[in-house]
Amino acid sequence: MPDDGQKLISPTSGGFLSRSRTIAPPTWSRWLVPPAALSVHLSIGQAYSWSVFKPPLEKALDLSGTQSALPFQLGIVMLGLSAAFGGPLVERNGPRWAMFVSMVCFASGFLISALGVATSQYWLVVLGYGFVGGIGLGIGYISPVSTLMKWFPDRPGMATGIAIMGFGGGALIASPWSTQMLGSFGATTGGIAGAFLVHGLVYAVFMTLGVLLVRVPADGWLPKGFDPAKSAAKALVTTANVSARNAIRTPQFWFLWVVLCFNVTAGIGILEKAAPMIQDFFAHTATPISVSAAAGFVALLSLANMTGRIVWSSTSDLIGRKNMYRVYLGVGAVLYLVISLWGDSHTVVFILCALGILSFYGGGFATVPAYLKDLFGTFQVGAIHGRLLTAWSVAGVLGPLIVNAIADSQEAAGKTGPDLYTTSLYIMIGLLVVGFLSNELIRPVKDKYHEPQLATVGGPEAMATPQGGS
Amino acid sequence: MTEQTETRSHTPLMILAWLWVGLPFAYGVYELLLKLSQLFSG
Repeated sequence: MPDDGQKLISPTSGGFLSRSRTIAPPTWSRWLVPPAALSVHLSIGQAYSWSVFKPPLEKALDLSGTQSALPFQLGIVMLGLSAAFGGPLVERNGPRWAMFVSMVCFASGFLISALGVATSQYWLVVLGYGFVGGIGLGIGYISPVSTLMKWFPDRPGMATGIAIMGFGGGALIASPWSTQMLGSFGATTGGIAGAFLVHGLVYAVFMTLGVLLVRVPADGWLPKGFDPAKSAAKALVTTANVSARNAIRTPQFWFLWVVLCFNVTAGIGILEKAAPMIQDFFAHTATPISVSAAAGFVALLSLANMTGRIVWSSTSDLIGRKNMYRVYLGVGAVLYLVISLWGDSHTVVFILCALGILSFYGGGFATVPAYLKDLFGTFQVGAIHGRLLTAWSVAGVLGPLIVNAIADSQEAAGKTGPDLYTTSLYIMIGLLVVGFLSNELIRPVKDKYHEPQLATVGGPEAMATPQGGS
Repeated sequence: MTEQTETRSHTPLMILAWLWVGLPFAYGVYELLLKLSQLFSG
């Protein structure tokens, strides 16, 4: 694939959105890039607070629960598809183009939805938020990944951890904000349409910061004091590059796919049923959990999920990606075992184990781009990451399916309390063990998949410059 | 231009950019902590 490589290292001339217009001047600080990434991720993370709109939509447009979930479900499907197939375009056109496309799609999705609610045409909401907005989610999710890793080759885990933590933070912002807005505007068609309109406009303005601020480093730029050769001396870290097309032909990609899929499945297994699970576990004890306390528990899990993204991902820069996933999967399996054996002994035991599992869930998401960079280089890491996110889509179906189906069947069999979840907890342990073994099988990528050295960033011609503020 | 003046020339932009994303994020975390308190009071 030398042609692709040539295109990537030779910025094409063009307008404001082109890659060539985003090359950073020598004085640019790399610490301006994380806020650019966050402005996109904090916005698109709104997707996980879609449930706020469900009850008002159901009431105003006379919809069922299944119908009101459609825009979100289509949005997540489009996230996976656009991240998987739009990756090469993002790599070719650069992060500013990608952030602009994401901003236009995500904001337009809200505006189309506003029109749909105002005219009582629900299909427009599905098309707008789900289809058009979903493209914005996928392109936006991968837009800053390879740029951040080029600016932070010394701390790729921390850099992508900040952005991906933003995706978790997006729902934290949107959930109370949207609730308050619906409260002010009213849960009528006019009120919901108004809320969608304001969301579209505000997110367009907010994401514009990313479009304006994002820069790519000049070819050969390296942070002061960073020696790529020293970094490459670590096991599994390469200075070579693999294209997205070649990456999916390597066993390493698919081992990592299994690792991500099962780590996410295990996390979703708790997230999906967190509130009823903690109530069921302690229903027959001296300390039953109230509905509001269960809501507090869900909030605590969100905090663990978000914190895990930045803390564990940064830790992976110190201990290595493979070791970090050993912790996520190995310790995660042990925590699940503790819940299944002694989870109902004390609320503290249950809560601490659930917090650990959720922090590993978030960490798994945030660390994977850096793992990909270690294995495949920075050449098309955004596109490779996009393809790996199909594991997330599969896990998104698998996790809830396992936990809900088993809990329903156990309930039908007359079981109550922790017994509703015992089987699914053991299945999660099994999945984590398979993920652990899959991680153990990951070895450096064979030379035959590497791109010619021409496309390598940080090759012999690379030089350290004072920019970057590190 | 020295490294120190380069850093200084970006300071206002740096503050603005981090506040732009930091303030909404802080609002989200604050709302989360309010909900979190229910775990201990409920």
